[in-house]
Parts: sequence; structure tokens; C-alpha cells
Amino acid sequence: MIEGILIGLETAFSIKNLMMVMIGCFAGTIIGMLPGLGPMTAIALMIPITYGFEPSTGLILMAGVYYGAVFGGSTSSILINAPGIPGTVATSFDGYPMAQQGKAGKALAIAAYSSFAGGTIAAVFLLIAAPSLSKVSLAFRSPDYFGLMILGLTAVSAFSAKGHFLKAMMMVVLGLMLASVGQDTLSDIPRFTFQNMNLSDGISFVLVVMATFAMSEALTIIFKANDPTRVAKQISLSQLGSIKLDKVETKKMVKTIPRSSVLGFIIGVLPGAGSTIASFLAYGMERNFVNDDEKQKFGKGSVNGLAAPETANNAACSGSFVPLLTLGIPGSGTTAVMLGALLGFGIQPGPRLYQTNPEIFWSVIMSMYIGMVILLILNLPLIPYIARVLATPRTFLIPLILFFSVTGIYLMSFNNFDIFLMIGIAVVATILRLYDFPMPPLILAFVLGGLMEENLRRSLLISDGSWSFLWDRPLTLVIMLLIVVIVGWQIYKGILVKKVDTVV
Amino acid sequence: MKISPSKIISLLFFIFSGFYLYTAHQIQVFTFDENAAFNAKTFPTYLGYAGLMFSALYIILPETKPSNVDLSILDYKKTILLVVLMVLYGITILRVGYFLSTSIFLVLSYIVLGERKWLWIFLLSFPFVAIFMYLLHGLLNIYLRDPFLQYIGVMG
Repeated sequence: MIEGILIGLETAFSIKNLMMVMIGCFAGTIIGMLPGLGPMTAIALMIPITYGFEPSTGLILMAGVYYGAVFGGSTSSILINAPGIPGTVATSFDGYPMAQQGKAGKALAIAAYSSFAGGTIAAVFLLIAAPSLSKVSLAFRSPDYFGLMILGLTAVSAFSAKGHFLKAMMMVVLGLMLASVGQDTLSDIPRFTFQNMNLSDGISFVLVVMATFAMSEALTIIFKANDPTRVAKQISLSQLGSIKLDKVETKKMVKTIPRSSVLGFIIGVLPGAGSTIASFLAYGMERNFVNDDEKQKFGKGSVNGLAAPETANNAACSGSFVPLLTLGIPGSGTTAVMLGALLGFGIQPGPRLYQTNPEIFWSVIMSMYIGMVILLILNLPLIPYIARVLATPRTFLIPLILFFSVTGIYLMSFNNFDIFLMIGIAVVATILRLYDFPMPPLILAFVLGGLMEENLRRSLLISDGSWSFLWDRPLTLVIMLLIVVIVGWQIYKGILVKKVDTVV
Repeated sequence: MKISPSKIISLLFFIFSGFYLYTAHQIQVFTFDENAAFNAKTFPTYLGYAGLMFSALYIILPETKPSNVDLSILDYKKTILLVVLMVLYGITILRVGYFLSTSIFLVLSYIVLGERKWLWIFLLSFPFVAIFMYLLHGLLNIYLRDPFLQYIGVMG
């Protein structure tokens, strides 16, 4: 292994490869900030360029783009509440309120430090445990994945809804319903398309996320323009604030980062789970770990609430390389694109990769760490300039957000049906948000819908239509019990609140 | 008796879930799949029932934390105008082209929101869209259909 690491270091530290990481990180950050262009698109755009390089150089460039794009996505989440990728949705829960409070610089700095720390810790894990972790990821079966997804959805509903659990559960169901539109993945039977060809491929993630977050946020700002509290928020939104963290904030982050890194990495290792579930679960877990005072700040600009998902999504990015490199199974859509690129280079990822092509295996792992350092060096000095976007007056900022949202979806489909659908969803989302129906559970459900159905299908087929798969395996049973505890706690809390109100 | 808006929304969601469930039952599955443990309509059927259950629970149970919204402070005029502009933008983007429709959409939106700095309105519309288009079309090689620019000979 030591020999492999040294080969990796030698390859990663060559001038050419260092340049590639730098270019990749920079290009990734810019592309990630553009709406509709997430890491998957960024890497896909790089594939034709990398074919002229050696496989290790090409992969290093793509890894740099990947991390850069994830950080770029966080930037737009924090500044304009427009998460370009599912993995940065949880970042906006506390990142955007922080920006609204005039702490945009600080929020971006926390995101940069957390991403760096999460990615670094995960890169070390990857270095030490990659071969043995591949066995862990194989221990998860379809029923466990199905349970894990319900757990993620229930946890998000419980933690992000601020006392509106039933409303959040309705949003979960709505998200799953939207995800079910389009052709059935196995039989190709059209569902809920109403003979409209534009719906046969389903509704795109970018469309739903832009409509429910960026567009509905912009419409809400205009809708509530006369609200005195909104006006105050708008004034502070134009303030950048310091990017320096004080002792208390640093202390909070020091506690959050290790646990979120571990969780993010483990979730990232599971094939199919990826950074989205990691960031949501880290957010939920962090809320459970902090004291009651800090708990109240969640969703209103909590340092822990921002650091946790940011750390976890970067750790999960590193983790998702484990199934890719050791099993040949992509852990996310992005690594699926990278798998395609690897196959294009004539390399078959799998358990023998680090024996047959050690320079590729180890140089990618080494370049991840280098990528993290470069990303931090590159992005920290740029924060004041990036955050200037917030100083744009509302009369300009709102139309620009709407323009970016429409462009984002237009670039994906090149038809106007999707634009109309997005406007429709945005209007409905604006009304729902007005009455405290939370959007994050809807988004997570939408992202997980397809995977959830796939795993339910496998589980039911294996158990011959019986639901006993939910308690047959100890791992599934533990996950299901956790769900029962969360739901039970929400019901108990609801009764408790009512009793207290009656007494008062 | 005053019904809270959240309950009205839940009632609408209940009706929507009922319609979803009805449509789920209408999904045509292959004959050999009719009695399978899982087919194309299994998951949507469960979703329909879940939607009915959660919305019914919200309607029936008393609200622990009602959402109070002061409707008098809402700015309906500007919001509706912006939505109409977006719809018009959607209609024209393919017919007129990306450059002109986007620029006009931006100019009109700035004006609707009360902006009157004409130099900035111009700079943040036509030149801004041109630079953005160059970034996408020229550098990232993403094709953007534009009949207007093709007509005047700027784009090939």
C-alpha cells in the first residue's frame, strides 16, 4: 500500500497534474455557480477534453471539477437560495438566512472551511479504508436502502418543518408524486403523462428545485415587499459582513465537522446514496446533538446547521469514489458520468483496479486532498467578490434570479413546456410557503422517489409481495425502529404542545 | 365558522391525492404483470393513499401551530405582472430567440419592479445577455437557438 501511495503522490504532484487540479477546481466553481449546471454537467463537459490526456491526468481534472462544482453550488445556495444540485439543498437552510442577516461573507467562509475539512478527513479515510469499506457497502441490501430513504424523509420532515410535521409529510408525498411522472423505469409504461410527450422523460430535478427554491423565493420577496420585517431583511441582505470567524463559531465547527465527516463518508460509500442523503442526514443529526438554544437557531442561520451539510456533502463526494474505484458501482449520478469516462479510457474499475492500475487509483485519491487545499486557497480570497452579488438592488436581483432560473431549465430541455411547468410549480410553491408548507422535504422526496421505488420493487419481488422485508433483516429492523421513534416523538411533541397551550 | 387557509390547502391536496389515486388505477400494465408483486402502478397507488391519509389527518386534527398571514400587506399587482412576464418570456424564447426575448424580459421586469436607472437597465439587459450567451455558446459550446440573431446574420 505504501508503494501505491508513493506512486500516487509522484503522479499527483507532477506539474501537469497540479495544473489540472487547479484548472478543474476553478472551472468547476464557475460552472457550479451557474444555474442548471451542476457537477454532473461540469464533468460531462470535461470528458471530450480529457480524452487527449493520460487516464490519471484526465481523472484528476474531473475530480477537481467535481469538488469545484460542489463548492460553486453551495455559493449560489447561500447567496440567492438557488441550490443547483441536490447535495447543496440542505446548505441553503441556514446559509441563506445567514446571508439575509448580513453575514454572507461568514456563511461562505464557513462553507469553504467545512468543505475543506470534510473533504480532507474523508480523503484520509479513503486512503486508509477504501478496500475494506467496499465490503461494508455491499452489506446494504434493497430493504435497507428503502428503509434508509424513509428514514431520511421522515428525519427531514421532523427537523426542517418547525412544528408542521403533517404539512412536511404532505410535501414528501407531493415530491414523490412529482417524481413518479414519466415512464416507468422497468416496463417503460407511461404514468401521469396525459399523452404529453414532454412529460414522458419525467420532470427534471433542476426544474423542481429552481421553481420551489429560487423562483418562489424571488416571488415571495416581491409578494411580501410591503412586509416591514422583509424590508429589514433586505437591507441586511445587502451587507457582506466579515469573513472572519470568532472563537465561539470556530468551537461550534470543531465539534460539528468530525461527526458530519464520518457520517458523510459512510453514506457516500453506500452505492446510490450520495451527497444528498448525507447532507440531509447530517443536518438532522446535528440538530439532535446541539443544545436547546442552538436547536432554536436551526433554519434561522445556525453555524452548526450550515457546517454540518457542507462537511457531509464533501465527505460523501470522497466516499462515493469508494464504490466507483473498488466495485465499479457509481455512488451518485456524477460518479456514474466518471465511470463512463473511465471506461472510455479503457479502464475497468473494480476490486483489481488498485493492483492493475495503482497509479490511477492512488493518484486520484491524492489529488482529492490537493484539490481541497487548492479550493480553499482559491475561494477564500474570492469570497468578498463573490458575495458582492448580494449588494445588487432588489429591483435588479429579482429579475436576474428569475432569468437564471428560466435559463437553467431552458438549457436542459430547449422547449418552453418546461418553462411553463416551472412557472406553475413556482406559483404553487409560493402559496404553499406562505402558509408554512416546507419545501426541503418535497425536494428530497423528489430526488429519492425513483431510487425508493426501485428498492421497494426489488424488496417486494424478493419477498414475493410480503412486507416482512421491513423486519426480516436486523439492519432493516433497526432503521425501521428509528423511523418509529422519530414519528412517535413528533406525535408526543404535538400532544405536549397542545397540553401546554391548554394549561396556559 | 372560519376555516384556516392551511386546512383549505390540505383539502385541495386531499382532492388532488384522490385524483392521483384514480389516475394511478388507470395505468395500463402488461397482462403478465397484472398480478405481480410489484408493477408500474404499485408505488403510485401507495402514494395516493399516503396523500389521502396525511391530508385527512391535517383536516381532522386541530391545528397546533396555525399559520397567520396578513393578506393586506401582499403585493399582488407586481407579483402577477412578473408571472405574466415570465409566461410571455416562455412563449417568445423559441420563436424570437434567446437574446432578444431575454433582454426584453429583463428590461420589463426591472421597470415593473420600479427601477428607473436607465443606464443600468440597459447594461444589465442587452450587453449582459450578450456576454452570458458568449459564455454558453462560444466558450462552453452549448447551442442556443436564436432565429433573430440568425436573421440579422450575427449567428450562423
